Amino acid sequence: MMFVDQILAGIFLGAYYALIACGLSFLFGVMRIINLAHGSIAIVSAYLVFSLSDHFGISPFFGLLLALPVMAAAGFVLQRTVLERSLRSGPLTPLLSTFGLAVVLDNSMFQRFGADTRSLANGIGDLSYSGWTAPGGIQVGQLAVLTLVVAVALLGGLQLLLNYTPLGRAIRACAEDPDTAELVGIDARNVYAAATAIALVTVAIAGTFLGMRATFDPYTGPTQLIFAFEAVVIGGAGSLWGTLFGGIVLGVAQNLGSQVSPQGFLIGGHLVFLVVLAARFALAGRDWRSVVRFRKRAAA
Amino acid sequence: MSLLTVDKLSARHGLLQAVRDVSFGAAEGEILALVGANGAGKTTLLRTIAGSHRAAGGSVSFDGADLGSMRAHRRVRLGIALVPEGRRLFGGMTVEENLAVAGANGRRGRWTLETVLDAFPMLKPLRKRRGGELSGGQQQAAAIGRALMTNPRVLLLDEVSLGLSPVAVSAVYESLQAVIAEGRTTIVLVEQDLSRVMRIATRVACMLEGRIVLEGKAADLTREAVTEAYFGLRRGEGGVHA
Repeated sequence: MMFVDQILAGIFLGAYYALIACGLSFLFGVMRIINLAHGSIAIVSAYLVFSLSDHFGISPFFGLLLALPVMAAAGFVLQRTVLERSLRSGPLTPLLSTFGLAVVLDNSMFQRFGADTRSLANGIGDLSYSGWTAPGGIQVGQLAVLTLVVAVALLGGLQLLLNYTPLGRAIRACAEDPDTAELVGIDARNVYAAATAIALVTVAIAGTFLGMRATFDPYTGPTQLIFAFEAVVIGGAGSLWGTLFGGIVLGVAQNLGSQVSPQGFLIGGHLVFLVVLAARFALAGRDWRSVVRFRKRAAA
Repeated sequence: MSLLTVDKLSARHGLLQAVRDVSFGAAEGEILALVGANGAGKTTLLRTIAGSHRAAGGSVSFDGADLGSMRAHRRVRLGIALVPEGRRLFGGMTVEENLAVAGANGRRGRWTLETVLDAFPMLKPLRKRRGGELSGGQQQAAAIGRALMTNPRVLLLDEVSLGLSPVAVSAVYESLQAVIAEGRTTIVLVEQDLSRVMRIATRVACMLEGRIVLEGKAADLTREAVTEAYFGLRRGEGGVHA
């Protein structure tokens, strides 16, 4: 029964990975950008919610509601000031510029908040440790279930947005062919800015859930980026539901690995990631592009 | 008065000057056919008018206003739409989505999903099919329909028959008759089929090495004259206006 318990815990952990990975996957699907500042931005949003919650004495959930428009605006500015300019210089420049941005964000947070670890768990009462006992004595945490529900709702919402709204169709058109999108009246610059804003909204949600389920400090971002990246690669870059699948596979692998040895948590996840990577190489004739399953559209 | 005026327009591809000091005007409802061999600069000219290629010199005016360096999406909203060479449908989107995305971002007018599907009946059973799954002729019809959804006043059609079977070309042109018959949309058409061009165009311009070397009313031009200009046999005479 412990095995089932670990699988379930892995699925719930995977839901968090899907949450943090969906913005990374979305941005790659639309703009072909791998945002190396993704993890750091999640921590910035966690600090933002922490500060709002601490300063005004409000629930982190309410703090998140206040943080969402701020992060959306930040996404718009990020696209216009960093990503758009970087993209003009070729596909590798965004990697460098977002890596630089991550360094700046990490050290700025360190300067502002110091090295102390923080958590949002105090602000959510007993939600962080309450749970239900399912038949067979299996423990299911309430926060874990909430994370899964939010992840599925977020991914489903994004899918609905992409499929059934004018903005979503414009995003898909730009993801496929930005030049032709302009020829049907779409302002690709604005669409990219909107897509970055959406990605940062998802990052803000992920950062807040990270803060509620664990502790964070200014240098937690890069680790979260690695997990998000692994989930994206396992599930297929640009694929929203693939991201959920990738996150769950990663979470289950980490949890099962932790049963083997204390270091097995990280090793298990990395091993699955490497196996998927190797399989992609083998199946696609060593075409490196297939490693990230270069999707033609974000909605796939 | 010309709805679209191109004045001494030049465009480059790196060091190559693809369009050299091209000037012409197109009045409302006129059908101007651009003919010329591969590499004559026709596609670059259309892309520059549409705003997806930067002009190196000269100007494009629409309804009396200089468009300057206006981006393509803003030109679409003014009423200039391009059906690009190779169709370039959004392959992952359905025909209906391809049409809807253009309708949502273009001008308002008589062309709606229903009127476009009426004009291109071959698209009706394909509404839910992805663009990438269509045949060349179906893709061309959808690409023209997509451009019409923006309710253009000037429709730029690049190589309508390129890569299509004769049957598909006839079907596409048959549907295009609805636009032509309407008579209000100015059409600038790049086409290799001289016979068809001479039949449907009101005016013909022949390009050679980036320049217009022959221009005149279709009724005043002979097929031989156009063919000579096409192959550069009238080169050195400068712009010939029939």
